[in-house]
Amino acid sequence: MAERSRKQSTSESPDPIAERLAVRRTHKLYLGGAFPRSESNRSYAVTSSTGVHLANAARASRKDVRDAVSSARAAWPGWSGRSAHNRGQILYRVAELLEGRRAQFAEELTQATGLGRTRAGQRVSASIDRWVYYAGWTDKIAQVLGSTNPVSGPFGNVSRPESCGVVGVIAPQQDPLLGLVSVLAPVLAAGNTAVVLASEPAPIPAVSLSEVLATADVPAGVVNILTGHTSELAPPLASHEELDGLDLCGAGTQTADLATAAATTLTRILHPIAGEDFTADPGLSRIRPFMETKTVWQPLGT
Amino acid sequence: MSETVSAAANPDVGVSTARLRTRLHALPGVDEAGVAQRTADLATRSVKTSAKSRAIDLAIRMIDLTTLEGADSPGKVAALAGKARRPDPADPSAPPVAAVCVYPDLVSTAVSALAGSDVAVASVATAFPAGRAPLEAKLADTRSAVADGASEIDMVIDRGAFLAGDYGTVAAEIAAVKAECGSAHLKVILETGELATLDNVRRASYLAMDSGADFIKTSTGKVNPAATLPVTLVMLQAVRDYRRRTGRLVGVKPAGGIRTTKDAIRYLVLVQEIAGNDWLDPAHFRLGASSLLNDLLMQRTRLRTGTYPAAHHFTLD
Amino acid sequence: MAEDPILSYAPAPEDRSVASVAPSYGLFVDGEFVAPEGEDHITTVNPADAEPLSTIAVATRADVDRAMAAARRASTGVWSTMPAAERGKYLFRIARVVQERSRELAVLETLDNGKPIRESRDVDLPLAAAHFFYHAGWADKLHFATPGGSPHPLGVAAQVIPWNFPLLMLAWKIAPALATGNTVVLKPAETTPLTALAFADICQEVDLPPGVVNIVTGAEETGQALVNHPDADKVAFTGSTAVGREIARSLAGRNTRLTLELGGKGANIVYDDAALDQAVEGIVGGVFFNQGHVCCAGSRLLVQESVADEVLAALKERVSLLRVGDPLDKNTDLGAINSAAQLDRIRQLTEVGTQEAADCWTAPCTLPERGYWFPPTVLSGVTQAHRIAQEEVFGPVLSVLTFRTPEEAVAKANNTAYGLSAGVWSEKSSKLAWTAERLRAGVIWANTFNKLDPASPFGGYKESGYGREGGWHGLEAYLNG
Repeated sequence: MAERSRKQSTSESPDPIAERLAVRRTHKLYLGGAFPRSESNRSYAVTSSTGVHLANAARASRKDVRDAVSSARAAWPGWSGRSAHNRGQILYRVAELLEGRRAQFAEELTQATGLGRTRAGQRVSASIDRWVYYAGWTDKIAQVLGSTNPVSGPFGNVSRPESCGVVGVIAPQQDPLLGLVSVLAPVLAAGNTAVVLASEPAPIPAVSLSEVLATADVPAGVVNILTGHTSELAPPLASHEELDGLDLCGAGTQTADLATAAATTLTRILHPIAGEDFTADPGLSRIRPFMETKTVWQPLGT
Repeated sequence: MSETVSAAANPDVGVSTARLRTRLHALPGVDEAGVAQRTADLATRSVKTSAKSRAIDLAIRMIDLTTLEGADSPGKVAALAGKARRPDPADPSAPPVAAVCVYPDLVSTAVSALAGSDVAVASVATAFPAGRAPLEAKLADTRSAVADGASEIDMVIDRGAFLAGDYGTVAAEIAAVKAECGSAHLKVILETGELATLDNVRRASYLAMDSGADFIKTSTGKVNPAATLPVTLVMLQAVRDYRRRTGRLVGVKPAGGIRTTKDAIRYLVLVQEIAGNDWLDPAHFRLGASSLLNDLLMQRTRLRTGTYPAAHHFTLD
Repeated sequence: MAEDPILSYAPAPEDRSVASVAPSYGLFVDGEFVAPEGEDHITTVNPADAEPLSTIAVATRADVDRAMAAARRASTGVWSTMPAAERGKYLFRIARVVQERSRELAVLETLDNGKPIRESRDVDLPLAAAHFFYHAGWADKLHFATPGGSPHPLGVAAQVIPWNFPLLMLAWKIAPALATGNTVVLKPAETTPLTALAFADICQEVDLPPGVVNIVTGAEETGQALVNHPDADKVAFTGSTAVGREIARSLAGRNTRLTLELGGKGANIVYDDAALDQAVEGIVGGVFFNQGHVCCAGSRLLVQESVADEVLAALKERVSLLRVGDPLDKNTDLGAINSAAQLDRIRQLTEVGTQEAADCWTAPCTLPERGYWFPPTVLSGVTQAHRIAQEEVFGPVLSVLTFRTPEEAVAKANNTAYGLSAGVWSEKSSKLAWTAERLRAGVIWANTFNKLDPASPFGGYKESGYGREGGWHGLEAYLNG
């Protein structure tokens, strides 16, 4: 376990009214709608961008990865079976709740990344608007990606996109809120369920986001967020045979190994995009990779 | 599989599985989405004040108060019978339920506990709930319940045979059990949760009615889903149409999963708007339930007193 | 319907105090309620009892000019230049407030229109909110709706809507216009202005920039001033084919974009292999939904001769169960006819139908003494030659015709000047698809009827109008490029 600095984090400013002792939050995993500690009972020290100790985050294990995939799998039929309109309402609700916690997220971002107040506030705004953006996509994906196909013969023929299933998401390491939202929200908008490995050095915004998701009508198990060492958690996730898609965004040097592990079961892969700008309009770039296309033939006749 | 069946109560049934198949598969289809919409629309019916008060008493009178557990004992059945006779000790105006429903070996206990009351004793028979026993065992099961004084028999159909398309076997079994019932009424449990489609529910309803059922019943309560509004709607349409064709009025009993007054009233609305008023009578419509009774009694008290009562004021069982 | 002695539904009236109606209303121009230039007023009544509800202003040509000018300023000054995502967020806000105020709006709609509260609560309001929600999401994704193009707004849209779904039709008009960056001047129908005026209040509540939405009330002259306004870049009209034709004539030769959603005489085709119980439900819902005040109503039942008697008997039995009466009662299925004028028209056409040898059957129901009421009516023995088979009644009146073969069904269904909607009922999917392919109508429902959704394009062939509303198809009408 890393040696921990005894310095106080900046978030714990003394209460101005009374010299009371602040109550610190325990940073837990988000798994199947609940907030357990790691089954391994391990934690790791999280520091600010300047090296100040912030908190202990749960250090998830291979078994937590397994449990997270199981709960995502169990949640998938329900989530993908909801109407696209309803999924949109829920993603919009996430934006609404995030808006109410702007200050908390801005402060966590400042601590984690060293961004100034204004820029941190802008990143939070962009993160909220990103949820709104994908809330607006849910009921349009099929209209944009679907088609009626003019086949020869007395047949109707239509193609429509469907979610592929459980998607593993290795969140970007250096952009702990906007980056995380940018890779997670499209997975959900398409009707997939997710197992997220949060940024290893800056997991706190992800933990806070899980607390938002849990109260925003997102059904249990649709999103599972694990904190810990990416190098330890990513391999069992990538090779898990129940995994249908894998976003390697934050995989770094592990990318090739993880893609190789995932190839055994032909898991759909989204490779990291060099220099990806998370403030740019993403369009369908992060939706398409985790969708299947189903084509239905149907005879015409009396 | 038997190609030809005997012991049929209805001459239509003494025919081959192939002919039964022709008949059942000629019934108009059931569109699941349409049924769902109709039940959802009817579920918005608002039954208030005096109408609600009368609906609650009607629902109580329609209950088959049921205990079907491996742990059932004479004491448990006696307690249930007490509750059936006088559901609310604090309010003698609360009507008794229609029947008490128990396993065959507890029929005699129930009969003596209910002596002198109007509450009937019903018994599940035919190797309830799975029905996976030789026909002879099922008939013996029935005989024993009837001999001990059950006036209503709730049998299960052979869902395996039904799903395998062996309609002849299903029909013959119902007819054979009916023959054992004597004057007892026969309720035929379709176990709709295992039949899966509404087309199957309609076909099984006709098969049961043709074979002599006095009631068609949705479920054993041991399979999920048990009674649902869409399934009950299709069965109500079946008895309505069957009566039009044959003149015979067959009853309907949804069972399992009906727990609240709101649920019960939704079923009554369905009965009224689908089958009609003739079925709004304990002789032709029953609710198979246990915990429902206390909720009805609580709502009844609430209508009378204007305050929400606490569960501990109502008796167990 | 006679009260049942065993299980009756005690009256379950919705509380009308949840909706507040002002004694009079001005116009909503440039973000404010303003007094009209002229003195003319119209009284809007509750069709269920013919009692006045409120007095509304009649906008003059000058009022319309003022509203159009405000819309133009808002268009160039703020709305078309705002980041698209921000426009979308205004629409999301509107969607949420419509959801939040849905009970109040539903009661208001029922008071002003006469439709059952069950329908305004379960259909009009959820669909109106969903329409804003759906279009909100399009605002920053328009390039996906026009592949290969570079979409930009037209400018100012002049919109006129009917009285059958007042708030829902408003949503159908305003949501796509705003999402695409246009501003609007909208005129609600003179018999049902109240929810549009409540919507103006919602625009204020969500801080919508002034002038983006303007509501002018009035009757025919106001409507004409609006659709003929020289500064309109786009005209959108929903209403009768006769008025739509006039608008098309008066805009002829001008470079004004026009969409028209007009009348219909929808065929509801029931094959003998249909799921008959559900088909009967679909027939009932198809023509008696909203008192038949539905342009896409299935007002012509085409039933295969081999099952005609059976279907007709079941239909009459089912229609007899419809509960006609107080629209605010939660158990009412069929409410009041919207106006005295519409009631006259329904009576007249039904009379013609009966004289033309059709067999006229009306459901046994007691109609309230005050207000405008018409019982559910089924005319059987109708042929294509009868006026009742050709003209839109826009009321609770079903014409029943028979056919022998699929070809004949399609030929009869298409034998009309209209082409808005049709229904097909069969358990055989290839026949459904075959029939749908041959029907000349913009919306085909297979084994269902009168289903609407913001994601689904709606609009007619032939004299039912042109253009579509809903889906990405509906955005096209408000975009260049």
